[in-house]
Amino acid sequence: MIEDPRAKMVRYIIIYTVLTVGAIVMMVPLLWTVSTSLKTRDKITIRRLELIPDPVAWENYPYLFEARPILQYTRNTMVIVVASLFGAWAPCTLAGYAFARIPFPGRNIFFGILLATMMLPYVVRLIPLFLFFDEIGWTRTFGPLILPRVLGHNAFYIFLYRQFFRGIPEDIYDSARIDGCSEFGVWWRIFMPMSRPVLAAVSIFAFSFAWNDFLNPLIYLGSNKELWTLALGLNALQGFEGEDNSLNLIMVFSMLMIIPMLIVFYFGQKHLISGVTAQGSLKG
Amino acid sequence: MAQASIKAKQTQQDATWKVRLQEWWFRNRALIGFAFIFPWFAGFIIFDALPFIYNLYLSFTDYQIGTVGVPPWIGLENYVEIFTEDKFFGKSMYNTVYYLGFSVPLRLIFAFLIALILNLRVRGMELYRTLFYVPSVVPLVAATVIFAGFLNTRYGFLNQFLVLIGAMPVRWLSSPDAIKPSLILISLWGFGGQMIIFLAGLQSIPDDLYEAAAIDGGTGWHRLVYITVPLMTPTIFFNLLLGLIGGFQIFEQVFILIGTNGGPLQAGLVYMLHVYNKAFRDFEFGYSAALSVILFLIIFVLTLLLVYTSNRWVFYGDAQDDGT
Repeated sequence: MIEDPRAKMVRYIIIYTVLTVGAIVMMVPLLWTVSTSLKTRDKITIRRLELIPDPVAWENYPYLFEARPILQYTRNTMVIVVASLFGAWAPCTLAGYAFARIPFPGRNIFFGILLATMMLPYVVRLIPLFLFFDEIGWTRTFGPLILPRVLGHNAFYIFLYRQFFRGIPEDIYDSARIDGCSEFGVWWRIFMPMSRPVLAAVSIFAFSFAWNDFLNPLIYLGSNKELWTLALGLNALQGFEGEDNSLNLIMVFSMLMIIPMLIVFYFGQKHLISGVTAQGSLKG
Repeated sequence: MAQASIKAKQTQQDATWKVRLQEWWFRNRALIGFAFIFPWFAGFIIFDALPFIYNLYLSFTDYQIGTVGVPPWIGLENYVEIFTEDKFFGKSMYNTVYYLGFSVPLRLIFAFLIALILNLRVRGMELYRTLFYVPSVVPLVAATVIFAGFLNTRYGFLNQFLVLIGAMPVRWLSSPDAIKPSLILISLWGFGGQMIIFLAGLQSIPDDLYEAAAIDGGTGWHRLVYITVPLMTPTIFFNLLLGLIGGFQIFEQVFILIGTNGGPLQAGLVYMLHVYNKAFRDFEFGYSAALSVILFLIIFVLTLLLVYTSNRWVFYGDAQDDGT
């Protein structure tokens, strides 16, 4: 297609203008967060726009570690993250593999149930689960946050694995079986190594859902400060309008929650789409 | 000689043993299948099925904090009270639907339009993709406290910026008129997740369709209306459905921004907040269960309606292979 160079020029200018303005608008809240996290206490209550902090208060970062038990929050959050990753790897991949490759009676019915639970809103299970965990004395402990995760109670991950495993050619599976590999062997020696994209994608989800979870820690750990996660700690630091004098520390805390997420997504981004769309890497 | 033959016999025995084991495995594949899904299924019974049924049961009882033993059965009383006396039921439903009505379509439109632009083959697109996507990587709690500061009446960026350009500052989080628009604004900031799903969909549209359209003399507008949009309807449907289901359950943002009572005049009291208050502030678990059942029914009926009407506008023709 031949295009008039001037029309092309105008088109490019419009595209880049829209994108640049849009990107700036999207980034402003984050830039403001970084800037506020580096402001001194008397600078945050100035009622005038000041984007570049002067002086730059690097000491806010080490100070937050003194003022709040950040390391304890991090350790508590990591307990949930590790449980979540374990569940996403072992039980969920096995279930996804069974749904994709092992014929067993009622498989479609079970899969239907799995899909249905993806649509089941959490709110209709919230109260009975709370009462149940309260009954067995598990409130104020990690139990209610760990047990479902360790069991791989996540239909979404299983669904993603199943879709991906179905994309692995049948011949590979058949020849492995003929060569005498067990179901477990096929899963471990062949499917797992071929499934890096989907494993990466699910791991990112598992990490970020556990890292970001707020409602569950709030309900089960809210009254036990010892076990607070980063999300609960950040919420507690945040005061309502009128108590603005720790705005800089709130933003330091926010940065501490954001940076690990950025790192995880940076390293996982190339797998995220290929893992989720269940095609890509295996087709070629 | 004798030793060698014993060894040979040994390997033969090993082999038959191995073959037997393999045969056993193969005959019992179904068993292995069940074993593999067992952890999930146990979780389904403990964490989905039983709670769901018990929740339904609770909604017909008067289970409160002091209740010992079997909670008293009161039939439909909770539901009657919700529909006739509970002034927060209508209020919180209105707030939630107001929020949804703006945030879901706006987010879809933004995500789709930006994905369209980001799908163009021009230089520097990777950078722009990252910039648009990064906000949706920010944890919800962090995003919410950032906006609590960002929208702060005196020290927040937005009002200081408005003053700078000569506009009137707004009490974003403390005036009843501004709370819901603020929540919608915050939800728009996280449109990147949907945008990425749209981008993946756009990239799977085969180029030859566009080439054919170009040969037939189609303009860019034609390509958009007759190729891109119809082929994207399954993705639009997916994002719309998940957006609605998620939107009905908005909770964290409001809880963190304005607290459990929902701000001035309860302008920010969303439905989940009402459910939360009834259960964990007032300890009226039976009543709260009834509220949650109503929300479930609304989401359920809406999902059915959407799925049922989807064959009128969602294009499933030319179905893609399922990857096998």
